[in-house]
Amino acid sequence: MLRIENLHANAGDEPILRGVNLVVRPGEVHALMGPNGSGKSTLANVIAGRPGYEVTAGSVSLDGVDLLALPPEERAQQGVFMAFQYPIEIPGVSNMEFLKAALDSRNAAQGRPELSALQFLKLARAAAERLGLGPEFGKRGVNEGFSGGEKKRNEILQMLLLEPRLALLDETDSGLDIDSLGTVAAGVNAFAGEDNAIVLVTHYARLLEHIVPDHVHVLVAGRIARSGDKSFALEIEAKGYGWLTAPA
Amino acid sequence: MSGPNAAVGERLAQDYAAGFVTDIESETLPPGLNEATVRFISGKKNEPAWLLAWRLQALARWRKMTPPQWAHVTFPPIDFDAISYYSAPKQGPKSLDEVDPELLRTYEKLGIPLHERAALAGVETPQVAVDAVFDSVSVATTFKEKLREAGVIFCPIAEAVRECPELVQKYLGSVVPQSDNFYAALNSATFSDGSFVYVPKHTRCPMELSTYFRINAANTGQFERTLIIADEGSYVSYLEGCTAPMRDENQLHAAVVELVALNDAEIKYSTVQNWYPGDEQGRGGIYNFVTKRGACLGARSKISWTQVETGSAITWKYPSVVLRGDGSVGEFHSVALTNNRQQADTGTKMLHIGRDTKSTIVSKGISAGRSQNAYRGRVLMNPGASGARNYTQCDSLLIGDECGAHTFPHIESRTPEAIVEHEASTSKVSDEHLFLCAQRGIDAEKAVSMIVNGFCKEVFRELPMEFAVEAGKLLEVSLEGAVG
Repeated sequence: MLRIENLHANAGDEPILRGVNLVVRPGEVHALMGPNGSGKSTLANVIAGRPGYEVTAGSVSLDGVDLLALPPEERAQQGVFMAFQYPIEIPGVSNMEFLKAALDSRNAAQGRPELSALQFLKLARAAAERLGLGPEFGKRGVNEGFSGGEKKRNEILQMLLLEPRLALLDETDSGLDIDSLGTVAAGVNAFAGEDNAIVLVTHYARLLEHIVPDHVHVLVAGRIARSGDKSFALEIEAKGYGWLTAPA
Repeated sequence: MSGPNAAVGERLAQDYAAGFVTDIESETLPPGLNEATVRFISGKKNEPAWLLAWRLQALARWRKMTPPQWAHVTFPPIDFDAISYYSAPKQGPKSLDEVDPELLRTYEKLGIPLHERAALAGVETPQVAVDAVFDSVSVATTFKEKLREAGVIFCPIAEAVRECPELVQKYLGSVVPQSDNFYAALNSATFSDGSFVYVPKHTRCPMELSTYFRINAANTGQFERTLIIADEGSYVSYLEGCTAPMRDENQLHAAVVELVALNDAEIKYSTVQNWYPGDEQGRGGIYNFVTKRGACLGARSKISWTQVETGSAITWKYPSVVLRGDGSVGEFHSVALTNNRQQADTGTKMLHIGRDTKSTIVSKGISAGRSQNAYRGRVLMNPGASGARNYTQCDSLLIGDECGAHTFPHIESRTPEAIVEHEASTSKVSDEHLFLCAQRGIDAEKAVSMIVNGFCKEVFRELPMEFAVEAGKLLEVSLEGAVG
């Protein structure tokens, strides 16, 4: 489904990714770990198409579609979703308005019929409730005055509604208290299915107790230094990253 | 340009749909301003002696005045002798049926119906009476008869001078005195046409009234004068719209609008201003130097200004309310959008004189491109204004990083028994916002329009329904290409 081959990318002028290879199949959950500056978030951003990154070599495809050739909104319409590490506010635009616009764009791009306002509200309210976002949530501006935990839950809400093919969760666990972590993890687990895949970018194995990965990769200096199963995450938790070095 | 907001600032092209010129035979006064000019204009309109004298007095005052320098705008000095002060289509209409078809087509293209037929046939569209001012003269006023049945007078001001001189003489210059400011004095001397409205006691005007201003001729200034009087217990909602052709030189629009509300009367005045803003490099465009002021003379009267300003190279206007009557209410709701090289210095004055007077100011400034957008406001609580209250909210939205937003609030309270509140905020549409939207499948144009509309929501709510839709579309067009 997601195929990354020999991906090299710069952030500004600085080379960050130096040859990433990764294959993600439907139904899989991958965890991407690694020390600060190893390129975890850069990889997620490059896949999503954030401006400011330049791909210098390699390819990224989703279901055979060359993602790197598409502007970010079309990647999203193809089913790429990124939960932001630092979700920003859009004052004045209500959450419901924003969610509806996002859903409408996806439906239009995929040739699906547009939801009526009523259908949409039902869907959005149910999802918000599941994530513990109160009834006044819909009227508030996007992330406006949200606590850190609410912002992260809002990201997961958007994921649940947009039903992406590939969800990139960039440090979704950072800044969450233990209750919020549970709520967020439950949301992610409810989303995970046979038709989609999840890539978790995280510093800590803590998250992986709640969302169990099929594969764990450690990125060092812009390359995947080593991969393993969920037990590998525990090994890292115990030993740190120091013993892992980038492959030659 | 470059930098983190390159994507936001690119492609500042804008599509000005009203930029065409109407090819029509006009009688245009040669450029220049002196006593003869004033006498010519007055003579054209068969004005009574008092009005000519009034104009000449204004001219004399104007000559002693200098243009205001305090606004946050820059432009080369205007040569007032290079402007023509009068231009009118040669074929003056007598009735709606006699309006030059070329003019009718012009207004049709602009979406302004100058016929009553369609409106009569249409059940869904609410009726709007229109006074159309083309360069210096009113070319048509619709629904006059129907309005007259209700006792409402809605006509070109030149006609009002003939038909109801006592009202005009009583109130003309009563709210905006001749010597109020440089441009008001200029207008008092040279005003050509504009609308006059009188709503009699305890009458609710049966339809929206609107005036549509169009500058067509080159090198011509438009100096219209509007006077609206709402007698005791009456209500009127009035709208104005404005456009001009795309021309390389700057053109001056120096209007004066005076509103008078007597006891328990209410005037709602809405403006959708879309004068030609000039091109991307800042060539051409209208200088919109306008004095608008309402007087709440009566107790419990109310005047509310709502403006959506998207056009003009330079906007200099401060629709204000003098709250004289006890318990009177003043409101100002404004959206001012500037793009490319546009400059706007706009805001309001709320002068609280009576007791228990209330005013609300909501100002939304949107700056894109290399434009400069300033809010300037004055709230004055006079010693007698016990129980008076003002609330001001002043928000700026920046699109890109080469534009400027400025706020100049002046608050002066001379009584301890008044309450003044002021809130201000500045936010920015950044590449991060656009990426967040893009990541959710929403393209940049849609994202900006969503953000801008969200930002303006409070003000659009104040506009009559059909104009709220128009205003939303206008913002979209004005911002077209403001993001890459």
